Amino acid sequence: MHARKEDRAELERIARSLRSNIVKATTKAGSGHPSSSLSMVELVTVLYFGGVLRYDPQEPGHPDRDRFVLSKGHGAPGLYAVLAEAEYFPVEDLMTLRQLGSPLEGHPNMCRLPGVEASTGSLGQGFSIAIGHALAGRLDGRDYRVYVMTGDGETEQGQVWEAAMYAGNHGVDNLTLIIDRNGHQQTGAVDDIQPLDPLDEKLRSFGLEVRTIDGHSFDEVIDAFEWARSVSGRPQAIIANTIKGKGVSLLEAEQGKWHGKPIPPDEEAKALAEVST
Amino acid sequence: MSLGLTRLSLEDGPATREAFGDALAALGANERIVVVDGDVNNSTFTNKFAERYPERFFNVGIAESNMIGIAAGLAGCDKIPVASSFSTFLMSNAFDQIRMSIAFPNQNVKLVGTHAGISIGEDGPSQMAIEDVALACSLPGFTVIVPADGPSAAAATKVMIETDGPTFLRCGRPKVPVIYADGADFHLGKANRLRDGDDVTLIANGIMVAMALDAAEALADDGIAARVLDMHTVKPIDIQAIERAANETRGIVVAEEHLAYGGLGATVAMVVAERKPTRLAFVNIGDTYATSGTPEELLAQYGLTPGAITDAARRVLKD
Repeated sequence: MHARKEDRAELERIARSLRSNIVKATTKAGSGHPSSSLSMVELVTVLYFGGVLRYDPQEPGHPDRDRFVLSKGHGAPGLYAVLAEAEYFPVEDLMTLRQLGSPLEGHPNMCRLPGVEASTGSLGQGFSIAIGHALAGRLDGRDYRVYVMTGDGETEQGQVWEAAMYAGNHGVDNLTLIIDRNGHQQTGAVDDIQPLDPLDEKLRSFGLEVRTIDGHSFDEVIDAFEWARSVSGRPQAIIANTIKGKGVSLLEAEQGKWHGKPIPPDEEAKALAEVST
Repeated sequence: MSLGLTRLSLEDGPATREAFGDALAALGANERIVVVDGDVNNSTFTNKFAERYPERFFNVGIAESNMIGIAAGLAGCDKIPVASSFSTFLMSNAFDQIRMSIAFPNQNVKLVGTHAGISIGEDGPSQMAIEDVALACSLPGFTVIVPADGPSAAAATKVMIETDGPTFLRCGRPKVPVIYADGADFHLGKANRLRDGDDVTLIANGIMVAMALDAAEALADDGIAARVLDMHTVKPIDIQAIERAANETRGIVVAEEHLAYGGLGATVAMVVAERKPTRLAFVNIGDTYATSGTPEELLAQYGLTPGAITDAARRVLKD
């Protein structure tokens, strides 16, 4: 399924808005992980606005809602930007990121912000939590689906593979793992630190159905979620190849050097101009 | 199991782990209850629940981190997950998962650690949880329970399920003497006063409660009236009972099958220091790992005996 032209334009507008808010919020905060958030923009845009997730910001705890767990909790500015766009809270609140009293903490806190399905930030844990959500849905006979996003560096954590083994062996098919494969972790390239390939074969051997896509192509992202929904009997993994810092030339130029660093105030205007076009 | 009791003749009852397993199975009609297991269900006795409610039982294999994450996710969907394993594998192996996925988001998960303490015997120190109470108490919002016998473990299981919030229930391997033969009157955070006395207070939990009662008998022979408190809830601690003990008796002995650091003794000391300073003495494993041996040999070797409690009481009263 390809988005109709007008829908596609709307998704592109939303993606630009998210990128702009990610840059503004982290630069104002003076800290945070804009580059890790920018890589996931098309993925969360399609999840929330491409007809994938079933949700109602007026009833964030509705038992039949689909769940999205951001296991890579440092991508919080990206999650907050899409939740604000989806009207879980006012867009202006994004500018309170990381400030005392704000529910927009450095990493997601499910107790303080509606729409956040799990408190994360210690890497490797969200996949297991998502399995718990998926098993509860099965027990209750509810047809909701669960989506969990990890980073690629995050898959160095053993718990991710404990979870993959369980989900694969037990055919947890109402669950989709999304790996935001931006290729970099805190101190450098994943390939230099702990190469993951063949990541798709590893996941397949654990019992997941796998598709690898360009995580910045709306057509491919939309198709992948459509495919995931059509799979029965096995959990699905979408390996989304992405660019860390996507959309901001300063960050894209040296992807290994900007982890956890906001765009300096004197570079902000240029970055905003880039992500707005 | 003999706890070295010389004055009391208490009948052995079930191990606290078995009483928990029976109680959990008996509560199983509550469909919110789900059980996750790290492939030790025939040791923790969650197999009794599994036999009756297989659709709500999940053996995740030898993977405690994943077990805790799944439990947290189930709790996030309004289930009451009970995650059970050997206490050391539960609390030590999966501590960050417990911290991040359960404690921080205040998820309603019930952690039940079995085979706690050195009374597991021959399997040795790798299997002995002696830091588990300290770890559990360190987590904001956690309730921490150490029952003394089968009836109180059963009662604690029921209260734990009925009370919202993250909880750690600590159970042991061996069969233990029954203290509450007529059933336990169990209220979270409220110590049971098992014996009155105005000279010294013996505060204990777990298997040390029976020893404290035995020690109180021995002290009575010397004309020393010892109060005995079963402090089954370490957190939240019964501040009132401790303050009264500090006011009404001349000193307090705290006995537990745990390290010196961060458990019942440390918690009582904190209350005493703030509310009413008094003489304290501690009976515990100290600052060491144990070895293999029979449970009885180990308890004697590491100073967890009625005699150690009477000695501590006499020290307190001498000063």
